Order: sequence, then structure tokens, then C-alpha cells
Amino acid sequence: MSKLQLITKGIIKENPTFVLILGMCPTIGVTSSAINGCGMGVATMAVLIMSNIVISLIKNFIPDKVRIPAFIVVIASFVTMIEMLMQAYVPALYESLGVFIPLIVVNCIILGRAEAFASKNTPLDSALDGIGIGLGFTASLTVIGAVREVLGSGSIFGIEFASDVMPLLFILAPGGFIVLGYLMVLFNKIAKR
Amino acid sequence: MGEISQEILQAFNSGSVTVPTVTLFAIIIGSIFVNNVVLSQFLGICPFLGVSSKVETSMGMGAAVTFVMALSSIVVWCIQTYVLEPFEIQYMQTIVFILVIAALVQMVEIVLKKVSPSLYQALGIFLPLITTNCAVLGVAINMMQKQLTLLQGVVYSVSMALGFALALILFAGIRERLEMEDVPSALRGTPIALISAGLLAMAFMGFAGLV
Repeated sequence: MSKLQLITKGIIKENPTFVLILGMCPTIGVTSSAINGCGMGVATMAVLIMSNIVISLIKNFIPDKVRIPAFIVVIASFVTMIEMLMQAYVPALYESLGVFIPLIVVNCIILGRAEAFASKNTPLDSALDGIGIGLGFTASLTVIGAVREVLGSGSIFGIEFASDVMPLLFILAPGGFIVLGYLMVLFNKIAKR
Repeated sequence: MGEISQEILQAFNSGSVTVPTVTLFAIIIGSIFVNNVVLSQFLGICPFLGVSSKVETSMGMGAAVTFVMALSSIVVWCIQTYVLEPFEIQYMQTIVFILVIAALVQMVEIVLKKVSPSLYQALGIFLPLITTNCAVLGVAINMMQKQLTLLQGVVYSVSMALGFALALILFAGIRERLEMEDVPSALRGTPIALISAGLLAMAFMGFAGLV
């Protein structure tokens, strides 16, 4: 697989949200607006790239039996760093994402990539894989967030255009499930063509 | 999320009911129905979608999660109160909590393998995945943020876990029926499951304002 393919495969062919169906909690939990979705995607991507690099560097030193706890410690360290950085530099986003920032630790995408890719490949390939999957995740979260924001609060990226007439339901819990369900149908239709 | 504590405060101020009973009761009802962990807080959606094809399996998963959550809430509360806070290293919370949970899950797995091999077989790959079940970590973090006492914390965690089990079993029942329905091909699988979950979440919105 070429280096470019490593990056592009995560966006359509192995899209973590719509194809692999991983990391559903943040996908529905934080996408009440496009900005929240985008912020969550970028934070996850940062953790994913760094943990992929570190895990592929230390893969030969970790005994096979304790590799999952070891991966989790690596991931948790990076999540703690990202958490502190976000608290310092983007406090508003930090507030609105809330508990979902520490929960990046248990995002199945990150552990999944560590196990399936980073523990078998070189650091460079792992970093590219992290960028690809991370971009795919960010793109899907932003799209879901944008759709829910337009339908639910009548705005896009915080710019209001019809804030009073839209059904609030779409930024509440049921809307999250339903929007994701229909977007998945749409994605499958487009991707299969 | 602040509803429960506000409600407690109101009940306390009005002096109508004695505090401890209202507190625990409000926590139980609030956690199981109003702030259901899956359907209103979006935690634990992976197992919610993954293990919900059969009612029997989902009951096992619910029981396993309840057990892990009850244990982890006790351990996590003690660690936070007696280790992290005295040494002022609360920023280690995420790392410490996830390690405690991972160790507990490993233990539950070993116990289950001995006690009930059939259940162990049924839960298969999903038992190790309780570690990456965000409901367990999320509830532990939420519990510490609410600054509950140990008893309240355990009640809160167990109720949250029961809420998870309730949602999982209800959803498994719906999916068993869905198997027999003639669903349009584009919607088959995860999309129709998500849409049904949305409808279930809508039903659970009816509990809002109950406590």
C-alpha cells in the first residue's frame, strides 16, 4: 500500500464512523454542533497519531500478554496531555465537550488502530495511518455535527439563520441516533456506487 | 446532569422530606430513567449496538457491567479520596481510573470463566471490551465530579449500570423483532438499529422532570 493510500483509505474506504462503526459514543455525544464535532475529531486525531507513533516504536519491547494494558497507558498519557492543553488554550470547547475528553482513552478507534496497525508497522506508516483515520473521524463528526446543528438549532458553525423554527429534538439524544442512522444509509449508498 | 443535585437541594430547602431518603431515591430514579447512561448521556453505545442482538446475551452483558461498575466505583472513590486528592495529583485521574477498571475487568473475566463457561462463551469478545466501555469510565469520572459520598457514589454507579442493562435488554427485544421485519435493504443492520435507538431515546425523554 502506498503512503498516500494510507492517508486516503481512512476517509472513505475505512471510514471509522460509517464503515468500521467504531467510537460511537463521542460520535453521538458531542455532535450537537459542527464546532464541537470538529474539535472532538481533531483532539482524537492528535491522540491517535501520537499513540500510533509511540506504540509502533515500543512494540518490540512489550511482552505480548500485557500489550493491551501497555497500549492503554500510552493512550491515557496522551489524553491527559491533550486534556490539559485544551483546558489551557480552548476553555470554551473544553467545557462543552466535558467528560468526552477523558473518554478519548476508551475510544475503540485508538485502541483498535494500536492493535491492528501500529503494533505491526513502522512508525512512519503508523503516523500516516493515524492521520488518515483521524481525518476520516474528524470529517464524519463535523458532517454529523453540521447536519444536527442545521436541523436542531438552525445555525451552522455558530452562524444562526433560522434559530427559532427548527425542532430542538435534533440536538437532543434521539436526534443524534436518528441523524447518524440516516447519514449511514446515505454514506453506504454513495460509497457503494 | 445537574438536575439531580438541584432537585435534592430544592427538596432539602422545602424541608418536605428527610434528606437521605430523597437523596438516594432521587439518585436511583434519576440515573436509571431520567439520565439514562446510553439513551441520554451517550455512554456505552458500542456494546449497546454490538451485544444487543439477543435478549439473553444482553442480560449477561448487563450483569457483567453492573458488577464491574459497582466494584470500580468503590475502588475509584477510595483512590480519588485517599490518594489523588491528598497528594494533589488529580490530573492522573484518567490514567489511574482506566488502569483500575482494566484490572477489574480482567478479574471478572477470570471469575466468569470458572463459574459460568456458557455465559463466558456467549459474551465472547465483548468481555475484554468492557475495559473500553466508555460507560464504566464515564460514570466513574461523573461520580467523582458530583462529589458524592461513598454510599451515594456506589448507589449512583449501580443505578447507572442498571439503566445501561435496562436500555440494552429493551433494545435487544426490539432488535429480535426487527430481524423478522422486511427492512429496506439500505437500512439493514446498523442504520435501522440506530434509528430504533433514537425512537427508544425519544420514549425515555418522557421521564424528564420525573425527579
